[in-house]
Amino acid sequence: MTDLTVRNRRSAIAAAVLVVGMLGLGYASVPLYRLFCQVTGFQGTTQRAAAAPATSAVSTRMVRVRFDSNTAPNLPWEFKPERETDDIAIGARDMAFFVARNTSSHEVTGTATFNVSPSTAGKYFTKIQCFCFTQQTLKPGETVRMPVIFFVDPKILDDRDADDIQEITLSYTFFPVDPAKAGS
Amino acid sequence: MTDIAATPSAFHAHEDDHAHDADHKPGFFARWFMSTNHKDIGTLYLIFAITAGIIGGAVSGLMRAELMHPGIQYLQTWASYHNAIVGGGPATMDEAYHLWNVLITCHGLIMVFFMVMPAMMGGFGNWFIPLMIGAPDMAFPRMNNISFWLLIPAFVLLLGSTFFPGGTGLGPGTGWTIYAPLATSGSAGPSVDLVILSIHLAGVSSILGAINIITTIFNMRAPGMTIHKMPLFAWATLVTAFMLLLALPVLAAALTMLLTDRNFGTAFFDPAGGGDPVLYQHLFWFFGHPEVYIMILPGFGMISHIVSTFSKKPVFGYLGMAYAMVAIATVGFIVWAHHMFTTGMSVNVKMYFTAATMVIAVPTGIKIFSWIATMWGGSLTFKTPMVWALGFIFMFTVGGVTGVVLANGGIDDYMHDTYYVVAHFHYVLSLGAVFSLFAGFYYWFPKMSGRMYNELLGQLHFWTFFVGVNVLFFPMHFLGIEGMPRRIPDYTPAYSGWNEMASTGYMIMAGSMIFFFINLFWSLAAGRKAEGNPWGEGATTLEWTLPSPPPYHQFTTLPRID
Repeated sequence: MTDLTVRNRRSAIAAAVLVVGMLGLGYASVPLYRLFCQVTGFQGTTQRAAAAPATSAVSTRMVRVRFDSNTAPNLPWEFKPERETDDIAIGARDMAFFVARNTSSHEVTGTATFNVSPSTAGKYFTKIQCFCFTQQTLKPGETVRMPVIFFVDPKILDDRDADDIQEITLSYTFFPVDPAKAGS
Repeated sequence: MTDIAATPSAFHAHEDDHAHDADHKPGFFARWFMSTNHKDIGTLYLIFAITAGIIGGAVSGLMRAELMHPGIQYLQTWASYHNAIVGGGPATMDEAYHLWNVLITCHGLIMVFFMVMPAMMGGFGNWFIPLMIGAPDMAFPRMNNISFWLLIPAFVLLLGSTFFPGGTGLGPGTGWTIYAPLATSGSAGPSVDLVILSIHLAGVSSILGAINIITTIFNMRAPGMTIHKMPLFAWATLVTAFMLLLALPVLAAALTMLLTDRNFGTAFFDPAGGGDPVLYQHLFWFFGHPEVYIMILPGFGMISHIVSTFSKKPVFGYLGMAYAMVAIATVGFIVWAHHMFTTGMSVNVKMYFTAATMVIAVPTGIKIFSWIATMWGGSLTFKTPMVWALGFIFMFTVGGVTGVVLANGGIDDYMHDTYYVVAHFHYVLSLGAVFSLFAGFYYWFPKMSGRMYNELLGQLHFWTFFVGVNVLFFPMHFLGIEGMPRRIPDYTPAYSGWNEMASTGYMIMAGSMIFFFINLFWSLAAGRKAEGNPWGEGATTLEWTLPSPPPYHQFTTLPRID
């Protein structure tokens, strides 16, 4: 009987370890998911690079980049792209400007989330510099022009699933930075 | 006081009367409230599941009443009554629509967590795993007690949540999936917090139950019963228990993140803080898809025994049947995103999840064909458990076929969130899992109670229920193809014909339950005494070697399997 008790305890502990392991995996999924999106461009997650590819890599194929801007309802900002679209050659570097104005009477800090559509393009849409990498603080009534420098990676030419992409929408949404949520 | 269950006097109050009697039972309170006996706990689970089933079924009755005709007939009145319970005024239309969301949420959560799961694993699992493998009890009888009694506060929390503010109105209006951001920024008030705690408790209960089942099956099989000689129901519960261990902690993690997002300022699922609501969907369905197999696999096990018993033949392809369940469970963990085809996926990801989902049809087909092969050339008798089992095989196959349709990422873009999906999962659950529960209930009722059920009432119950649920759910396929969205209380008059038919089907189904309850109470009170094995030579598993009902403590000398 004691032998059975020992074996039962061992089985239960093994099962409990499995439970704790899966619980840990559940939490580990948060950073893993972020990493997965960054690596694969899943959900239209854009890529980052230090510099554009050499001019020799620039293709003759053109793609239209459409700029989309949104603000959260509780952010008192006007936020617009300077131009609606840019037609660029694949591989070529482009700079676009977004304009934000604080319409309230107090200083507001905002941060932007971003992605591209169609989501297949996320893997190839590469930013060199972006206002979305940092938080932006605007004084009451202040207007700022914010640049984003990007290119579409020429590797997109080798991806059969991306053959039909003639237009890529780059979308930003500004959210207020809530001090309580800044840490997470 | 805390150690009262360990006090021998509580259990041995009448020791002088029945000393050393295997059938000696403790007094009423100690027996039912401090129970450590697997059969009594199984009975408690079954009573609990039937009660929850009545409540969950009544909620669906409210929904079918409102959906019988286009327009809003009753919702606003009901919402006003609902408000009045907590002292509120007449309900606005928004509160009425919110009540609809509360009804669908409660129906889903009650049926999944408080009806099917407790009945399958807690009820039949507790009752028959020790009997079938020749063990005196479960490995951890006291943990078994905790598993059951955790369900009561969980259920109270869920029912209680409907009386607290949940955003637009009273109660949780999130759907059983509790998606962020509707369940975070969209549901102010304590209601959704109570639901989260309720599911946490139900999850802990299931995890403890699963650990108990795994330990019992691994360590306490009778001498000679190798894992490959073990009855298929024990196989099914073993596989299900492993799925619970792997799936439920992920749900617990996701729900905890939801809870801290709601209350403690984290932003796991809030894009403003760098989170992603789609991550919640991935976590939920990583649990949610295995969950649908958790609900059906024990049913597969029961159906195997019933088909074999009433064909007077051993089950065809025993090893194939066992490992088909293992295959279903394994593949079931890597198909979850087919619930999320419309969240924006690349073609390749959709292709993978489509193909992987369809692969599950192969082991499921092995099971269906093996059941048919078991009957082939057998000496069939169509007793009540057998007709339920045949109904299960037929209806589950229909649900499986619509599942293969929905598995296609391209078709799902059209079908997603329509009544076609509702028809599909009710065919596999309401006509699949529930049919197997009734089959198991009639099959084992003589063993559990010691009395035979009434065959005529059982047959009447089956045929009226069978007609009722088909009239109820089959038209939903047509509604879905025509584009009727699920989770909406109103619809264009173009859909009224099939909706009226579906609500009529509900009434037939509800009426059939009268036969069930008359049968249940009449048989318990005055049913013919059942012999140890009322089914004859086809019933070969160990529980039929014991008298009906089995003694309070069985297998004091372990049976030996050759």
